[in-house]
Amino acid sequence: MRVLVLALAIALQLAPGGSAAAEYTIVVSAMKFGPVPAGLRAGDTVVWRNDDMFRHTATARDGSFDVDLPPGTSASVVAGEPGSIEFFCKFHPGMTGTLMVGP
Amino acid sequence: MIKSTLVAMLAVLALGGAALAHDVPTDAQIAHIAYTAGQLDIAEAEQALQKSKNPDVIAFAELMARDHKAVNDEALALLGKLGVTPEDNPTSQKLAADAAAKLKELSALDGPAFDVAYVANEVTFHQAVNLALGTVLIPAAQNADLKALLVTGLTLFTEHQQHAEHLATQVK
Ligand SMILES: [Cu+2]
Repeated sequence: MRVLVLALAIALQLAPGGSAAAEYTIVVSAMKFGPVPAGLRAGDTVVWRNDDMFRHTATARDGSFDVDLPPGTSASVVAGEPGSIEFFCKFHPGMTGTLMVGP
Repeated sequence: MIKSTLVAMLAVLALGGAALAHDVPTDAQIAHIAYTAGQLDIAEAEQALQKSKNPDVIAFAELMARDHKAVNDEALALLGKLGVTPEDNPTSQKLAADAAAKLKELSALDGPAFDVAYVANEVTFHQAVNLALGTVLIPAAQNADLKALLVTGLTLFTEHQQHAEHLATQVK
């Protein structure tokens, strides 16, 4: 519940400033996390889409989210407070990335 | 550790040597070798799931069964699309014979003795397969889709090798 809040797919979120929240997709394929969104801000939604043949997870090192991603599925998290969050796959810990959440 | 590294090196020599003995392996042979290696690791995992009581070993075996099945399903689909029939070869036969002997050897063990032997063999097996993929099979693969699948496989199996190496330091 700290920086990112796990949520089910939510149609529209309002950012703290009142502007409409954006939605970004991070694609997982060939044993890698794809590029992370550059302009991610608090309140935006991050969709994790697993295009890979393997089951993966997107798991925050700080425990703020932990998303199970069977092959061909997606799951969303909503960015909470600004900051950077390192994430990895629990099954394949060499798969890593960092989300940068702006205010 | 020294022993398992030596075993791995011998296994690699056997793998690479058998493949090289027939010049450069064809895509049909490469596919057969990679598929066979996956099936053998699934068989080892199924044995571990029947015998082990160690939660970490069970979780590792479940991961092996799931990931290797996923690669092999993808390989079968790709081969079907390409119209390539996997071709049996001395490297696949050597892999299968060694794995059958190992399954039999491990079947006589129980409890922690089984866990230690299973995990040690997973380290050796993945080391050997990864070295063969990196030095022989991937360089020799002609079809771009097959090569890409093998490269993804090598990334995956390197994760497995590291996982097994870490587990080997924990299982006693
Ligand atoms: Cu993963």
